[in-house]
Amino acid sequence: MSERQVIDARGAFCPGPLMELIAALRHSAIGDEVEVWSTDKGSAADIPAWIKKVHHELVSINEADGHWSIVIRKAK
Amino acid sequence: MAKKILIVGGGLAGTIVANGLCRQLKDELASGGTTITMLGASPKHMYQPGLLYVPFGRMRESELFRDQRKVLDRRVPYFVDPAKRIDIDKKTVLTESGKSHAYDFLVIATGSRIRPDTIPGMAEGAHWFYDLDGARKMRDALRDFQGGKIVVNVNAPHKCPVAPLEITFMLRDFLAAKDVLNKSEITYTYPVGRLHGLEPVAQWAVPEFERCGIKSEIFFNTKSIDPKGKTITSEEGVTLSYDLLVTIPPHTGQQVITDSDLGKGGWVPTQRNTLLREGSSDVFIVGDTTNIPISKAGSTAHFEADTIVDNLSSLIKEDRWARNYDGKVFCFMETGLHTGTYVWFNYTTPPNPGPPSQMIHWFKLAYNRMYWLSASGLL
Repeated sequence: MSERQVIDARGAFCPGPLMELIAALRHSAIGDEVEVWSTDKGSAADIPAWIKKVHHELVSINEADGHWSIVIRKAK
Repeated sequence: MAKKILIVGGGLAGTIVANGLCRQLKDELASGGTTITMLGASPKHMYQPGLLYVPFGRMRESELFRDQRKVLDRRVPYFVDPAKRIDIDKKTVLTESGKSHAYDFLVIATGSRIRPDTIPGMAEGAHWFYDLDGARKMRDALRDFQGGKIVVNVNAPHKCPVAPLEITFMLRDFLAAKDVLNKSEITYTYPVGRLHGLEPVAQWAVPEFERCGIKSEIFFNTKSIDPKGKTITSEEGVTLSYDLLVTIPPHTGQQVITDSDLGKGGWVPTQRNTLLREGSSDVFIVGDTTNIPISKAGSTAHFEADTIVDNLSSLIKEDRWARNYDGKVFCFMETGLHTGTYVWFNYTTPPNPGPPSQMIHWFKLAYNRMYWLSASGLL
């Protein structure tokens, strides 16, 4: 398992935190963790919803210092 | 000793950097105090946004290309000899032909590439317009299309953020002009829970899709394509049938980035304001090659390149930093074959697309010709 990849998508308008996550998971191995930092309130709901839909694992979701930090583990 | 600037990549970003530096550093180049060298993959420079028009016969192939040697300032030696390995520690770049180029400052502008091979069935079953070969095949397929189901399938990441909507609206107008719209249906698929990554653009598109009768399937991440059965299936478990499949394939960065261990997926970790490679003070990253969560667009490359020109020339001339990149992106968006709009934003100002008009469409057509002024560093 490689080191956790952090996507700093704070303030990003395009393509958006969820699309950045989807792109990162494409190059990740099963078991790898990706952490997304986002100031976009919608992503705090979108990302967990999508993770559940495609059966990856939501490791944690925290809000601190003005942004959400969402950790995902690639499950398949 | 002369300061050596090496630019890897002969596309828009690298070319603007080279030409801009030539203007700012003309005295240093004349005295030999600075040299600028470029490595690229092709003797030709292609205007990539023009590919959008090729399937509809609106631009000829010859209009997309110029000799890179004529676009690039004559003071920059240009080698059609792609980089094979970039060694940041030794400050050298090894090329495909085995030559080694040392540098004091490196600008990595290697861009991105489509990877239809990464989705089973895509290369065999789908059409795309993101390279010349694909645009030609799509042009032929559209010529022969007599009505049916078209699926426009979008995959992340991809360059040219508004192209999925543009191709959808242009397809609709094309079908209407061919008088097969009443026998056709267009379904647009998108990876996230809205019609576009940019929320304001997604909101703008909803009534436009309704008005144009375009269907959509959101939260659609492509798993596989069955070219014989003519179906496309998502990770989310949805299968759509099609008569014609137009895809925006997923992209990666170039192989040399991965082979040089510079970034996952071919994207180099880049500081979003300075555009320096994370951990470097002498390596700039520009255009699609960065890992910054920002649109991979020609305008992004252009504004980033301008910033790098200012900073690199300021460092050489005055040993100081000039300015930071503010995240600016500006994209024209065709909303059919006859109208267009635009969207611009930066790190602090959200996008807000305006109503489509013929005027903006004509401005885009004009820019299709004026692009060469941008590449030359004049516009």
